[in-house]
Amino acid sequence: MAKITYIEHGGKKYEIDVANGLTVMEGAVQNDIPGIDADCGGSMACATCHVYVKEDWFPKLPNKETGEDDMLDQAYEPKANSRLSCQITVSDELNGLVVHLPEKQV
Amino acid sequence: MIKTDALIIGAGPTGLFCAHQLGIIGLKCEIVDNLDKIGGQCIELYPDKPIYDIPAIPQCTGEELTNNLIEQIKPFNINFHLSDRVQEIKKEKENWRVKTLNGKEFLTPNIVIAGGVGSFEPRKFPIKSADKFDGKTVLYSIKDKTIFKDKSVVIFGGGDSALDWAIELSKSSKVTLIHRRDEFRGAQSSVDKVKELQKNNKLEIFTKFSIKDVKGNGKLESVEIKDDDGNSKLISADYVLGFFGLIMQLGPILDWGLNIDKKTIPVNTETFETNKQGIFAIGDICTYPGKLKLILSGFHEGALAARGCFKYARPDEKLRFEFTTTSKAVQNRLGLKND
Repeated sequence: MAKITYIEHGGKKYEIDVANGLTVMEGAVQNDIPGIDADCGGSMACATCHVYVKEDWFPKLPNKETGEDDMLDQAYEPKANSRLSCQITVSDELNGLVVHLPEKQV
Repeated sequence: MIKTDALIIGAGPTGLFCAHQLGIIGLKCEIVDNLDKIGGQCIELYPDKPIYDIPAIPQCTGEELTNNLIEQIKPFNINFHLSDRVQEIKKEKENWRVKTLNGKEFLTPNIVIAGGVGSFEPRKFPIKSADKFDGKTVLYSIKDKTIFKDKSVVIFGGGDSALDWAIELSKSSKVTLIHRRDEFRGAQSSVDKVKELQKNNKLEIFTKFSIKDVKGNGKLESVEIKDDDGNSKLISADYVLGFFGLIMQLGPILDWGLNIDKKTIPVNTETFETNKQGIFAIGDICTYPGKLKLILSGFHEGALAARGCFKYARPDEKLRFEFTTTSKAVQNRLGLKND
């Protein structure tokens, strides 16, 4: 279990306990957090679960799989700390993770 | 105007198999899809990725699945209306009158929405200032490459479309290619070619830059780009092209008075009819308790929706349940020769 903070573009915060094994995307979708669309359902085939990972957390996350950056090219306003939240699997180590949601996904 | 028993929106696996099921029970259908090819997400998003959960097919790619479905519906000679989108629907007595973006009209008692997550549209630049040049000098696809001759063209993107057009247009235009990171995801041969052209001063490349603004008073004059550290650059431009892949948008479906729940359409699980009589929703776009977004679920939903269509298409007939293994009528529809 990890406490994950999702911060909407407008600043609204959601602190959610997400079970290990779920993805950061699923944590958002299952808790009705607006701002994560996840159109493809987590198959890394779209770029609508895009998040900005808080800078100090970014290097602590497991590396991107091949293909994630290719999809991020197609995200809305990708930055250096961009990730697809469907590709971040939750574990105890992620307790305290903070992700910012982009202004929009498409 | 085309009269048909059912109009299917979406030529993905779910729409294709629904067409098969309509054919099996003796109904005609037409299929409209916004993409220029058949296959939906399977062909657009993952043509080469293996799928492992199609019943009785241990492994196949999105493209193979699509080709098999096309083969399977061949006996029914179904018309496809590709690169077109259903725009408007209107109830006319027992029928729906359907109009598409390209001006086609259908009259049908049944509409089956198998639209996945929506129609594929090009992803656009995230800046407002680009909107006023959209379709004129800010473009997301190319219909006539001659308009770029001897012009300054700034291309954004790192995939095959961006690379291919950069290579092609560099023959007769001043091309600048801009991408948000150093790695390009296009084919290695194209990446090599682009770098060679750069070395020979045939085109310019800026990586780790993205668009900040487009400028021009009435006519496009330049594009401003920025890097992650906030440095910006101004590049003169007659045309700006963006190739950021496709996004999926529900589009006009939202305006048809259907119940919508988080971009999906609630249906009853007996016939997959929506809150509107004669409009069905199947596949990723429909929702109901226990819904799984799997291709196999879409097949099941299409089979039931086809039966749901029957009562509106043949109000005076009773639908008989028949097996393909034994029914002469069904085998006739499949074009099989009976002894």
